[in-house]
This record gives sequence, C-alpha cells and structure tokens, in this order.
Amino acid sequence: MRANFKYNFSWLAVMVIGFVAIDACEFLGIINAFIENMLVTIGINIILATGLNLIIGFSGQFSLGHAGFMAIGAYATGIMTQTIATPLGFYLSMVVGIVIAMIAALIVGIPTLRLRGDYLAIATMGAAEIIRILINNLKITNGAAGLFNIPPLVTWATVYVLMCLTTIVTVNFIHSRNGRAIMSVREDEIAAEAMGINPTRWKLAAFVFGAGTAAIGGSLHAAYIQTIAPGDFNIMASIAILIIVVLGGVGSITGTFVAAIVLGALDTILQNFGTLRMIIYSLALILIMIFKPSGLLGNWELSFKHLGTHQRKEQSIHE
Amino acid sequence: MSSPLLTAQQIVKNFGGLTAVANVSVHFDQNELIGLIGPNGAGKTTLFNLLTGVTPVTSGAISLYTDQGVQSLNGKRPAEIAQAGLSRTFQNIRLFKELSVLDNVRIAMTNHYHEGFLASIFRIPKFYRTEADMTLAAQKLLAIFDLTSVADQPAKNLPYGIQRRLEIVRALATKPKLLFLDEPAAGMNPEETADLTRLIRQVQRDFHITIVLIEHDMSLVMNVVERLYVLEHGALLAEGTPNEIQHNPAVIKAYLGGEA
Repeated sequence: MRANFKYNFSWLAVMVIGFVAIDACEFLGIINAFIENMLVTIGINIILATGLNLIIGFSGQFSLGHAGFMAIGAYATGIMTQTIATPLGFYLSMVVGIVIAMIAALIVGIPTLRLRGDYLAIATMGAAEIIRILINNLKITNGAAGLFNIPPLVTWATVYVLMCLTTIVTVNFIHSRNGRAIMSVREDEIAAEAMGINPTRWKLAAFVFGAGTAAIGGSLHAAYIQTIAPGDFNIMASIAILIIVVLGGVGSITGTFVAAIVLGALDTILQNFGTLRMIIYSLALILIMIFKPSGLLGNWELSFKHLGTHQRKEQSIHE
Repeated sequence: MSSPLLTAQQIVKNFGGLTAVANVSVHFDQNELIGLIGPNGAGKTTLFNLLTGVTPVTSGAISLYTDQGVQSLNGKRPAEIAQAGLSRTFQNIRLFKELSVLDNVRIAMTNHYHEGFLASIFRIPKFYRTEADMTLAAQKLLAIFDLTSVADQPAKNLPYGIQRRLEIVRALATKPKLLFLDEPAAGMNPEETADLTRLIRQVQRDFHITIVLIEHDMSLVMNVVERLYVLEHGALLAEGTPNEIQHNPAVIKAYLGGEA
C-alpha cells in the first residue's frame, strides 16, 4: 500500500510541476497567445489520442471514426453553453457530450465490432461520416455554417487539468482487470474466449470508453476555439489523431504524449514556411515511419514503478 | 460408478457435405482422467471444439451436471461454457504472447473478481485489495508449477515445453471442473513428456478435477488415463480401460492397418 502511495505521489508531483512551470512561463511572459494556443491544441490532442490508443493499441480494433465522437462533445458544449454560459454549464455540457458519445459508440460498436481490421476501419469511418452529415443537416447545430461565439469558458489550465484526469483514468483502466481482459482479446480472441472472456463485451468497453474521452476533447475544443463547423470533424480530423497514435507508438501512452508534443511543436514552427509547411510535415512523418516503424516509443511506457525496482535492484547489488 | 460430470448424446457435426463427427456419445465422470485417441483426422479436436462451444453442434445434446442440477450447454458461447467450468488448452499453443506470464494467469481469473468499474478507474482501496488478492492467487498457482522465476517474462520468450505448461496453468486459473488438454505432449522430447506425465497426475490429484486428454504419445496415454475413447472417421470405435483398448482388434486394425 505504501509503495502504491509513493508511486501515485510521484506522478502527482510531475503533474503539479508541469502546471507550475507553465504557469510561471505564462506569468513571466514567455508564453504568448500564440504559444498558449499551441499548448492547448497539444493538450486536446493528447486527450483524443490517448482514447484512440486505448481502442487501437490496447484492444486492437482499428477505428477511423474518432473525430465523430469528438464532434458530439464539441456540439454538446457549443449548443448548451450558449444558454448556460457559466463554467458549471460547460462541465454539464461536457457530461452530456460524454453520455451521448458513449451511447453513439454503443450503437455503432455492437454491429461493427464483429468486423476486423480494414473492414472495421471502413465501418467506423462511415459511422463518423453519418454523425458529421447529421450535424450538417440539423437546425439545432446551425448546419454547415456551424456554431460561433461559443462562450470562452476554458483556459489552458482547464485543458491541463482535464488532460491529466483523462490520462489517469485511461491508464488506470488499462492497468486493471478490465485492461488485461481487453489486451487478451487483442492477443488471441479464441484463447480469451476459452478463458471465459466475452470478446464483444470487452472490445465494446474499450470502444465506448475511448468515445467518452473523445467527447471531452471535443468539448474543450469548442469552448477554447469558440467556433466549430461540421468540416472540422471530417475524416482528415480522424486521421490527424490516428497519426499521433501511430507516430508515438501503438500501445504506448507515453508515446502518444511525445508524439502530440512533437507534432504540435513542428506544426507551429513550420507555420513560418507557408505552403512548404505541409510538405515538410509529411516528409517528417515518412522519415519517422521508415526509420522507426513501431513509432517513436514502440510500446515502451515511462513508469516510476520500474524505475523504482531498478534502483532497488542496483542498491542490493551494491550492498 | 461415479457420478457423471459432462455427457454428450449422439452429437453430430457436418461441415457442408462432410461429417466430421457422427453420432458420438461420450460421458466424462467426476475426478476421472480420460484419454481420447484416434488417427489423424478422426475428429478429436473437432469433438473438443464442439464440447467447448467453439463450433456449434449440428445435432445432439451436451449436458453439464452441476450442484444446481443438469445444465444444457447447447448453443452456449465459448465464454459462457468456460464460465460454467469447462477449460481447455490448444493443439497449437495459444498464449497471450506479448503479455507477462503473471498476466496470462490473471486474465484467466477475470471472472472471479469484481472490484467494479469505478473502483478500478479511481483506484479506491478496494481496487488495490482485489488486485493484491488476484496477484497472490496467480503467484500461488505459478509457484505450484515452478513458474515463479519467469512470472514477469512475456509468454513468447518461454521455451516450448514451458509454454505448454503455462497453458495448463492458465486453464486451471479459471477454476474448471473439467479440463480438456489437446495434444499436450506434441513436439516434446521424451524427458519433457515424462515431466508432463507427472504434471497431469499432479493436477488431477491436487485440483480434484476431470481431465480429458487428446494424445498421440501412447506411452503418455497408457500411463496416466483410467479410461479411453477411440475415434475413427468421426465415429466412436471403442471405449475401455487402456488394457482393453490395447487388445481390441478393431483399434489395432485402425492404427496398424489390419496386420494384427
């Protein structure tokens, strides 16, 4: 129990230090509006990509529809905070978004999660398109024009705290009985079934969980950027999240963090290059995939527990 | 005669026009060690797959005798059948390769622990307690089978013989009443087979379960089992003690091609 406490405390310390560091930079004026925007985008991308990594990396289901669930969260916030323009209204809208996204994931997941690989990718892509087209044609979502003047109820601090919370919850989910059951289905569905694990149920659990976190990302996006349109949540948006997961390493949450930060920074730096930007960006992706096909970190995870045991082993050798 | 645990009555399996299992009736009793032998393609693995629900039967009845009475296993999903107390190993080892040995065993215990979803994502003390209980139970099981030293290794790194042993341990972790072993000695050298023979006897003695064994290695089969079923061309050819089977003319004909 004490070891667990120490381990959890180290992570808490890292998160607090990160927060204080950004806050100090903000206070000293090192972070201007431009960099703050980059940091918030990175934070939202981490939330989205962590959820997708749970679906792709841990449950082994290839989903191309993450932006659809993000759209549900974004529109829930966009619509609700126009009538309840308070922080409480924002959190309420986020919860509503999560619930709707999870229900949508259930409806999409039950028939499609029987499919494998490419077929599932196409089916989830189709589902996200259906969500986008529905939003495009509904009155309440203001059609193709989208929503603007969404109240700015989110600061970088809200994004930071929610990023930490979703990551903690997702990692806890993975490192539990639930997560192990999900990974067993990825490893060998027939064997998992013979051990009494219902594959459909656990695949669905990962898919619905991932959809819920995508809705959180969408809510933050809507409240920070203040304008959303159906076009923001098309197939390219899903692919952008997928790139972060693949680049960081499928099955590594640490990798997702690294990739989101690297790509976010690269994207910002390359804005000075105008039209060349997308070419350099794509070239960087190709090079990384050639020299590190398993992603930047493969399936390696940063863990204080392992660092701790390593040190203890070394100590006992020295003694 | 001891009380029955699982019975299959006149089960049939057709794959298109091919009858893989034809009118086979078998019964496995409590605490019994039964062998299932037959030439290649006799339908042994198909019979295992039918009994564990991997493939549905075309016709026939499969019943499990529990403390709560007789339960029909027809039309049940493999996961439900596993939860009812039937566990198995596979002919071509199917471990969770990338996961650790400990996790392989803990996964098999998934249905025996329920800490609750919220407890696991918010890490309340109940989560740590359940996790500790589960790990302890898995470690105990690994210790019995001499796998403690490799507990943190990914399953794919283990030598072949140890992988087979881990598969048996994983199947036992589901707390089965009936354990199906599909060619556990396949690809093993004589020394490993001798170890396996000891292991199977130990499992049956310590866990008080019924074991059904498909095997080609006659030394292993004749040494450990109490009763044998012989399959040929999807039909039951003979049933009896190892001694009876060894002297059964029909079995000798099937195996040696009519010389005897």
